[in-house]
Amino acid sequence: MAHDKVLFEILIRLADDHLVLGHRLSEWCGHAPMLEEDLSMPNMALDLIGQARSLYAYAGEIENRGRDEDAIAYLRTEPEYKNLLLVEKPNEDFAHTMLRQFYFAVFMEEFWKEAISSSDNTLAGIAGKAMKEIAYHIRHCGEWIIRLGDGTEESSRRMRAAVEVLHPYTDEMFDHDDVVAAAVSAEIIPDPLLLRPRWEQGVQTVFKAAKITMPNDYWALRGGRAGQHGEEMGFLLADLQYMQRTYPGMTW
Amino acid sequence: MVEAPAPDKLQASKEAWKIAAQVPDPEIPAVNVSDLGILRSVEIDENGIVVAKVTPTYSGCPAVLAIELAIEAALLKAGYKVRIERVTSPAWTTDWITDDGRRKLKEYGIAPPERASGSVRSLFGETQVSCPQCGSAETIRISEFGSTACKALYRCETCREPFDYFKCI
Repeated sequence: MAHDKVLFEILIRLADDHLVLGHRLSEWCGHAPMLEEDLSMPNMALDLIGQARSLYAYAGEIENRGRDEDAIAYLRTEPEYKNLLLVEKPNEDFAHTMLRQFYFAVFMEEFWKEAISSSDNTLAGIAGKAMKEIAYHIRHCGEWIIRLGDGTEESSRRMRAAVEVLHPYTDEMFDHDDVVAAAVSAEIIPDPLLLRPRWEQGVQTVFKAAKITMPNDYWALRGGRAGQHGEEMGFLLADLQYMQRTYPGMTW
Repeated sequence: MVEAPAPDKLQASKEAWKIAAQVPDPEIPAVNVSDLGILRSVEIDENGIVVAKVTPTYSGCPAVLAIELAIEAALLKAGYKVRIERVTSPAWTTDWITDDGRRKLKEYGIAPPERASGSVRSLFGETQVSCPQCGSAETIRISEFGSTACKALYRCETCREPFDYFKCI
């Protein structure tokens, strides 16, 4: 596989993860249980969407077909989105939202830590910024997981329910396919398999404090990287793409 | 051999720097882009165009575009031809905020970031932040995230006033 094609595909996967998760978080804006959280979730969304913008803009450059970040973000069809299934899962309750964010953030922190020495300088630059931003996400979500997991009977029940629903989606983060293999051998990205033990340890530390057991018997769910999404993705895109679909080419 | 820039060109880029550096931050007008360390360099290229390099604080900072436009406008107004370049590497850190910038932030009522970024990772390991109003160290964090991406919300237990803290990154 040609180097630029691999790089483009990797950038799209990363960008889609960040855009879709950022969009999900932004859905909380105005609905959070308290003002502090109403500030925190759009703030995290802003970080993610900012990172997505850098990644899309760079992907457009690499592709060299005249698509800018908006064209790539807003004008593709569902199978062209390559995000993890985990990030498109609906917000549900606060436990689901915090856990989804935490799973992803712990993975991304390990990923960015290695990607700062990527053979691709632009990706390394994006990694340098993102790594610092994500440290706040981990701390914030980690604190909530502990507070809810080791909280009241109801909060604990909800946190355990979230773990049961979302944990099967975490395996996809570590999946290998032709694109990942080529990108790893070109030293564009770290090998996700090497990140797995570190991710497990990071999650385990917080779960222990939250009195939550890490599931080990479940059926792993995947498909997003291949463009196969859950039903909820269609609704998400309908919302996300509304303006560009209704008024093509509109700008602010 | 690299040719040293002509003295008049060096002088001109110094003047252009002064103009660009005066541009205030749109969210925190008490400090300018040079105080914050987001204006990285101002140079004049071989075609006589002023190239100002700007780095964002956070990837998603909505003020980036406003800042770039303001710098461009200030330089255009002074009669320069301008090009703004956004640089992301090396990543901006609060360690680049100047001493002058820290003082101005404090006077404005925002607790300046603690030195030596990178201590945020430890769970529950909170940095001690002093109240910019009364100087008390008895403060508590209300929210990790504040009114802008770069700030957290604190309250002083001595003077009971809430205040913003410029987060370390």
